[in-house]
Amino acid sequence: MRFYEYESRRILAREGIPLSKHGFARSAEEAKRVAAEIEGPVVIKSQVLSGGRMKAGGVKFADTPEEAEAHAREILQLEIGGHMPRGVLVDARAAIKQEYYAGVIYDGVRKRPTFVFSDMGGIDIEEVADTNPERIGRGHFSTILPHMDFRAKDVIASIGITGSELNRLTPILSKLARLFLKYDMTLAEINPLAQLEDGTFVAVDAHMDLENEARPRQRELLEELGVGDEETREAREPTEFEIRGEQIDAVDHRGVAGNVTEFDGNLGLVIGAGGGSLTLFDAVRRHGGKPANYCEIGGNPSVSKAKNLTKLVLEKPGVDKIAVMMSIVSNTRVDIVARGVIKACLELGHDPAEKIAVFRIPGAWEEEGFKILEKYGVEYYDRSVSMHEAARRAVEKVGAASDGAGPSVDEHPPATVDAGTSGEGEAP
Amino acid sequence: MPGTFIDVELDDSVRGDRELAAKLEEACPVDIYASGEGVEVVEENLDECVLCELCIKAAPPGKLRVRKLYDGTALEA
Ligand code: SF4
Repeated sequence: MRFYEYESRRILAREGIPLSKHGFARSAEEAKRVAAEIEGPVVIKSQVLSGGRMKAGGVKFADTPEEAEAHAREILQLEIGGHMPRGVLVDARAAIKQEYYAGVIYDGVRKRPTFVFSDMGGIDIEEVADTNPERIGRGHFSTILPHMDFRAKDVIASIGITGSELNRLTPILSKLARLFLKYDMTLAEINPLAQLEDGTFVAVDAHMDLENEARPRQRELLEELGVGDEETREAREPTEFEIRGEQIDAVDHRGVAGNVTEFDGNLGLVIGAGGGSLTLFDAVRRHGGKPANYCEIGGNPSVSKAKNLTKLVLEKPGVDKIAVMMSIVSNTRVDIVARGVIKACLELGHDPAEKIAVFRIPGAWEEEGFKILEKYGVEYYDRSVSMHEAARRAVEKVGAASDGAGPSVDEHPPATVDAGTSGEGEAP
Repeated sequence: MPGTFIDVELDDSVRGDRELAAKLEEACPVDIYASGEGVEVVEENLDECVLCELCIKAAPPGKLRVRKLYDGTALEA
């Protein structure tokens, strides 16, 4: 869940990180009042969740409160990336000596948060990573052990910053790390973190993302910021396909068939179980496949729920076949999902053997499930075929079906394929 | 009408049994039975059967069968 810049700044202020003088305004008149209080040149920034504000004309400079009012009026009417602004941020235009980048992100591979720091702030950190990788310092830190300031100091010092800059920057990066953990963030960045002419540092722009699952834990913060339960705060509005997916999940309390996300490929996915969805989605892509969607199915959905999700995927324009795959860690019954996906095919007038490229759900009631799949001639695999291998076979089949439209497996050989072995540590 | 995967067969002698109907309605976790004038089978829910055998245990021996249409076998007391 994303925060607007003005909210991110309030979070920074809560944790004692210095900020440039600013105020949030919902109207042009309010913007004028804030600019007058700042008593100097200001920047008017559109408060939208999408990026590219500068290019779209959502950031303007003003020397007087009247100019600030006029710019705010324009910006408040300006749609950026499909979003109308929530308001404008009126920010003091300070004389900046140098811009830095300070960030904390979650490293999904190392399963730890990591500091990212650079003395090239004000531009995308990805761009700095491409052009000047030596100007970025990085370092992981523990989510369990008490936080130590020296870790932040090491990261800043690693790019050659010393003396009073090092001493002044360390508590800022350190506080950002504490804030990251305290508020269950997946991203907390200050860009730019500006050094003013007098040597002090202030955050001039901030961007924060909260882990969606942590929303109930962060109720107090969200209430303080006025974020309603109904605000999804996603980077884009859900598509019709995704809304229908949410409805399928919501109308039946049994199990999960949700988190449906639309992509533009030709292989529909009915996937899930204990992290299995992400692994399987990645595996399909790694083998050159083009997923039509992402979803998460698990926790024993009803037959009708599995059926309705499958119908939604099958009816998506451009879908040639579906792959039904799960990790074994799920307690979801194989026979129930088998019934659901086959029923969906039958109700739409498809031959299940033709439409279901692969069915790989090992686990509870698998013998019963396999009997159903056999009756309808659906190709299925037990736990002796890894998730990666099942994904590879699905991609191969849909590639053949779309007459070369999808990339062939041979053109995109995987780095490693554990054919015939389980990728989940299951006993063969 | 049977489901795609499951069908329930009830002996004619117990169809009008209101007491059994109430028991089956209470027992089935996926609402395949309803009680009215007697035992009613909710056809649209047949394929939701989780093969738990609770209805079989609730019914008199030999009077109720849950058929698995995909392999020709049945659950029965
Ligand atoms: S076996 Fe269980 S789920 Fe199936 S009809 Fe009987 S009580 Fe319902």
